[in-house]
Amino acid sequence: MLTVNERGVSWQRIRSRYYGQSSATVPSSLAPAGRGWLLCDRAKALGSRQLRLVLVLACLVLAPLPGRAADDYGYPIAGDYEATILGTPAKLMPSFPAKMRIRDLVLDVLPDRKKPPLFFYDQGLRCTFAYQKKKAPLVFLIAGTGASDRASALMTMVKTLYREGFHVITLPSPTNANFIISASQSHVPGDLTEDAADLYRAMEVAWKQVQGDIEVSSFSLGGYSLGGTEAAYVAKLDQERRVFNFRKVLMIDPPVSVYNSAARIEDLLKQIPGGPKKEGVFFNSMLSKFTEFYGYGNFVAINDNFLYAVYQEKLFSREETAGLIGLTFRLNLGGLIFASDVMTNSGYVVPKDLVLTQSDSLFEYFLVSTHLSFFDYFDEYFFPYVQREHPGLTKAALIASLGLKNIEGYLKSSDQFGVMANENDFILSRADLDYLRQLFGERAKIYPRGGHLGNLEYKENLAYMVAFFKQ
Amino acid sequence: MIPDRHYARRILPALMLGLTLCGCAATKADTRAELQPRHTIREFADQPFAVVADPWEGFNRNVYRFNFYLDKYLFLPVVRGYEFVTPAFVQQGVSNFYNNIGEVRTLTNSLLQGKGTESAKTLGRFLTNSTIGLGGLFDPATKFGLERQYEDFGKTLGHWGAGSGPYLVLPVFGPSSARDAGGLAVDYGISYGIYTAVDPFDNSDNATVASAGVATLDAIDTRHQQSFRYYESGYPFEYYMVRFFYHEKREIESGRSLKQ
Repeated sequence: MLTVNERGVSWQRIRSRYYGQSSATVPSSLAPAGRGWLLCDRAKALGSRQLRLVLVLACLVLAPLPGRAADDYGYPIAGDYEATILGTPAKLMPSFPAKMRIRDLVLDVLPDRKKPPLFFYDQGLRCTFAYQKKKAPLVFLIAGTGASDRASALMTMVKTLYREGFHVITLPSPTNANFIISASQSHVPGDLTEDAADLYRAMEVAWKQVQGDIEVSSFSLGGYSLGGTEAAYVAKLDQERRVFNFRKVLMIDPPVSVYNSAARIEDLLKQIPGGPKKEGVFFNSMLSKFTEFYGYGNFVAINDNFLYAVYQEKLFSREETAGLIGLTFRLNLGGLIFASDVMTNSGYVVPKDLVLTQSDSLFEYFLVSTHLSFFDYFDEYFFPYVQREHPGLTKAALIASLGLKNIEGYLKSSDQFGVMANENDFILSRADLDYLRQLFGERAKIYPRGGHLGNLEYKENLAYMVAFFKQ
Repeated sequence: MIPDRHYARRILPALMLGLTLCGCAATKADTRAELQPRHTIREFADQPFAVVADPWEGFNRNVYRFNFYLDKYLFLPVVRGYEFVTPAFVQQGVSNFYNNIGEVRTLTNSLLQGKGTESAKTLGRFLTNSTIGLGGLFDPATKFGLERQYEDFGKTLGHWGAGSGPYLVLPVFGPSSARDAGGLAVDYGISYGIYTAVDPFDNSDNATVASAGVATLDAIDTRHQQSFRYYESGYPFEYYMVRFFYHEKREIESGRSLKQ
């Protein structure tokens, strides 16, 4: 058993280690994401609960946008980018028990897998398992783009469900390097059907590993962001395989079309000076802005007060905030591209047949990989791979296949599904939202604000999630 | 004082280092030209970012791996056992106790940096927690509005203008720099001096055993308070993220990045 407070997402850990003890943090915007790399890092992933509160209050002071009081939804942050970055203030999150029964699973999903020396630390697929002593329903949760099984949003969902008496197993996103190395048959993430098959295999192995230790009454499934769309595909596969017979499937802020949503995130980088190819210049200028700001104020540490001031003074403009979210996505995507290229030996960013070891510098690969866009990956790497598997498939057909519309007949016919989404989620278009409403009707819960995943940890949202799985 | 220029001056050597590194890698690839990857650094006309001077990267990466194994086979099992057997409030008390002892280091270094307010706050914290806080087991000072500060000799050196020097990953301690590693040694020297002068186990027959116990618990508590786990992010470039965060945090807080 471990203390819940000690568990957290990796970057949060790095941060709290290197940024001092309690209020340890870096500017949310400069850090790679705590909870999902798709999303920018959020204040909640940053450190103390106090800090989040302060940031959020700051945000309120700064941007009391109209319409806030017009509804009875209590999530306070009006702006889409702000909500995405700041997340949910600690005060508005439920409280959790100090300790819970939790175990790390390291799964040998593909037993004959050979791993290059560079990834010596990857011993298998890492999943997090929280369990009850008595018979209970088990929920599998799939992380969002790039995120690990310990992503902070995911851990909040785990704690919430654990407190309500569920067993929970979390899985890394198929776009996370750990999954690419240890659980993906092809090492090339992006094809929802293939990724779902990989996820399903991982779930079976995880279940085999724990089934002797717990009693399970039923299985359910959930996922956020890309993990939400993947959950739908996993559920569809389960219709054929019938290992779990998922009772309920919840999608939180899922892209309707993966390609279009990724394109919308890429658009965020178009707003930076010099365009998306100049992300290094942008990064450095944001950093120097931040540094300068610290230097001219009378600050004693990078702590709550400092970040409060960052937001109070509106240090970053709307375009810059958007750019930082886009940059975080690129950092994330770079990890995916590099891991996939090393595993497939495709010679895309790493010379073919070059065997890297753990003491080799990867800095050049870091810069190259993070400068590639989603479109580069799609056109030059992913699409050719899919074409080899499915000769004759056109790009338009592939794009159309990557989303919910591709399986809408199934989605309509099954009443196990539920969707949570936000009006101002920038990864969805108007049409996407209308589509969700039309497809799921009553079972689509659309909140007036929250950006992309900003309100995921808000207590009302979590209560809705719990009620959904209990129905 | 034009910050942009200073910043540029600071970033330039780093930029050049980045280019040098890239140059090396490119040369290596050139010897097997047919194996050039599809994308190389040459096609991007952009500044490198998250750059930190790291001439000993190979060594540092090896130590990074060493620390991973040290954690895996020694520290983490011990910490898990400790967390399992002790109730949460005991763990908190132990952390408070060692953090309170740490105030001495912060106080010394605040004084060395000539920071009056911070020194007074830290002294106030130390006195409050040592008395009302029952020898440091509780932290009433924070509730009274005396927030915890953090200083060490590496920051003191930075404050007076010393550059960080190359990035350095230390065995056991983790990310550091040439300057901060020196600072760490000085802080330990000062602690040892104070320890010898105070001699808390003076009359005990088991002074060695007692002080070894205190030091061991200190190590366990340090790792317990530290939630970072090597390679846990799974991100292939984790080393660079850690390096960047560590370096910038130290430089920004010691005010180095604007002075130069």
